[in-house]
Amino acid sequence: MGQITLQGVQKSFGPVHIIKGADLDIADGSFVVFVGPSGCGKTTLLRLIAGLEDVSGGSILIDGKNVVDTPPAKRGLSMVFQSYALYPHMSVRGNIGFGLKMAGLPRDEINRKVEGAAATLNLTPYLDRKPRELSGGQRQRVAIGRAIVREPKAFLFDEPLSNLDAALRVQMRIEVTRLQKQLGTTAIYVTHDQVEAMTMADKIVVLNGGKIEQYGSPLELYERPANLFVAGFIGSPKMNFVTGEPALQKGAATIGVRPEHLKIERDGAGGWLGTITVAEHLGSDTFLYVDAGPIGMLTARYIGELSLHAGDRVSLVPDPARIHRFDNSGNALRG
Amino acid sequence: MARMATTRRVAISTVAAWLFGFLIFFPILWMVLASFKTELEAFAIPPSFLFFHWTTENYATVQERSDYFHHALNSIIIAGGSTVIALLIAIPAAWSMAFSPTKRTKDILLWMLSTKMMPPVGVLVPIYLIYKSFGLLDSRTGLVFILCLGNLPIVIWMLFTYFKEIPRDILEAARMDGATIGRELVYVLTPMAIPGLASTMLLNLILAWNEAFWTLNLSTSYAAPLTTFIASYSSPEGLFWAKLSAASTLAIAPILVLGWFSQKQLVRGLTFGAVK
Ligand SMILES: Nc1ncnc2c1ncn2[C@@H]1O[C@H](COP(=O)(O)OP(=O)(O)OP(=O)(O)O)[C@@H](O)[C@H]1O
Ligand SMILES: [Mg+2]
Repeated sequence: MGQITLQGVQKSFGPVHIIKGADLDIADGSFVVFVGPSGCGKTTLLRLIAGLEDVSGGSILIDGKNVVDTPPAKRGLSMVFQSYALYPHMSVRGNIGFGLKMAGLPRDEINRKVEGAAATLNLTPYLDRKPRELSGGQRQRVAIGRAIVREPKAFLFDEPLSNLDAALRVQMRIEVTRLQKQLGTTAIYVTHDQVEAMTMADKIVVLNGGKIEQYGSPLELYERPANLFVAGFIGSPKMNFVTGEPALQKGAATIGVRPEHLKIERDGAGGWLGTITVAEHLGSDTFLYVDAGPIGMLTARYIGELSLHAGDRVSLVPDPARIHRFDNSGNALRG
Repeated sequence: MARMATTRRVAISTVAAWLFGFLIFFPILWMVLASFKTELEAFAIPPSFLFFHWTTENYATVQERSDYFHHALNSIIIAGGSTVIALLIAIPAAWSMAFSPTKRTKDILLWMLSTKMMPPVGVLVPIYLIYKSFGLLDSRTGLVFILCLGNLPIVIWMLFTYFKEIPRDILEAARMDGATIGRELVYVLTPMAIPGLASTMLLNLILAWNEAFWTLNLSTSYAAPLTTFIASYSSPEGLFWAKLSAASTLAIAPILVLGWFSQKQLVRGLTFGAVK
């Protein structure tokens, strides 16, 4: 079991308010990702759940029990740190087994569990090495091994892959997701990598300036962003925002259209006319950066190759069903 | 080509390192050599390097004239005692400054160091008078106390820098792994802090062992450590180079042996931050 509920959780460091009242319900066994710009409080929120920081207000419930006064060790969670945080003087075996040793398990049971975890993570050949004799990816796997071996109520990950190179990151991303599904353990995962968020999460929490902007499944956030911030944050390249006349026509202060929902026409009459300033040809996609005069700069995405180049005139037609409308305060208008 | 260049560079730096090491070691070597010469040869010009009449008579005379073991025991008690007490005070102090710093931590550290900037002779008279009224003159307790106080700022500084190098994440990982403070200390912190502790201890021992100002001024015979023993050979009747060298060699021998055996720890401790 690992159901986690936050109720009005607040955190201040001295006079600075970092987390401004977070309410969240994390279902048992789900994979929840915290995303948001740097400094928005993702790590702080995770550390509050872990118990490494004390809350300034509100409560944190794990399986219905308020744990704000419970020390980290007693919360039954395990954490994977960005810096790996392996014990440098212990072997891989010692690192993975440390939590079990602290829990007072008999030695042969520790060995059995450690070897099981090592096998799952392909670490068996390295069990007797010290962390300094491992590669970055192997170290990260040891850190994950240390987390899974204790069979915690939930895993907490703080940007665990950000020190790895791109290829390894993709591989580890898949491994972590597979492992979590296989174990069925609740996971909270902090990242500022959108792709990680979209691909790994059952549900995403978008944080901004210490507030939860939206909580929902990746596709919900993509299709129905609650406000301008989420609309701009989720999706790559970023959603285009248009204000003024075209927005007023739709009864909104701002309208947003994702680059992939702009139809590109070479000499169309309707839509927004503009000149291509940069055209990026990736083979699989073509990205056009278009100067649309009074409308502003627009980004358009075409799946596949489109032979258009800088200086060409194009007209961009938004898919009417895919236009997002926002009011004056930036909240989404529905209906 | 590149490989040859590398080999040559390694060779050059090896030679340079040896030369530099020899240069630093030379005074000690010369002292040891002089201790085996006769008084006449000891200050002969030109000096003879190895081809002189080797003799151990200086050591015999020194042992006869003064009680080496009495002074050595004093040195051990004073250096060891002041080191142990300094560490007992410094470990918790540096600990709290490294792991729960406040706004004033940096100021306190600087202030402590600033006490080392004052020449000790500036407070000799007041300290002497205080010691006199407390009956601490020529007592081991008094010397332990003053050396401990004198080295404390450096000990705290060194330990502080070592403790700061220990990543907080690792301590937090241990807490998440269910370690209590006590077990965190035993299984995680101490093993990581040992190189730093060892080198701090060794450095403090050496400093205390060789400290001459306070030991010379505050002791006469009963509590006098080896520094007083050496100084007694630069007497008003004239310098006795060979005997002085023999006395000095005897005085530094224990600490040299200690340093030799712990050099691995020492080097590791001194480069702790660099290699991580
Ligand atoms: N111990 C602390 N004392 C004071 N301020 C802190 C402390 N820890 C974090 N903060 C502040 O809280 C804010 C949120 O920090 P946090 O580390 O949670 O951000 P983050 O979302 O994890 O960012 P990043 O993506 O860069 O890791 C930052 O402005 C940071 O300066
Ligand atoms: Mg962070």
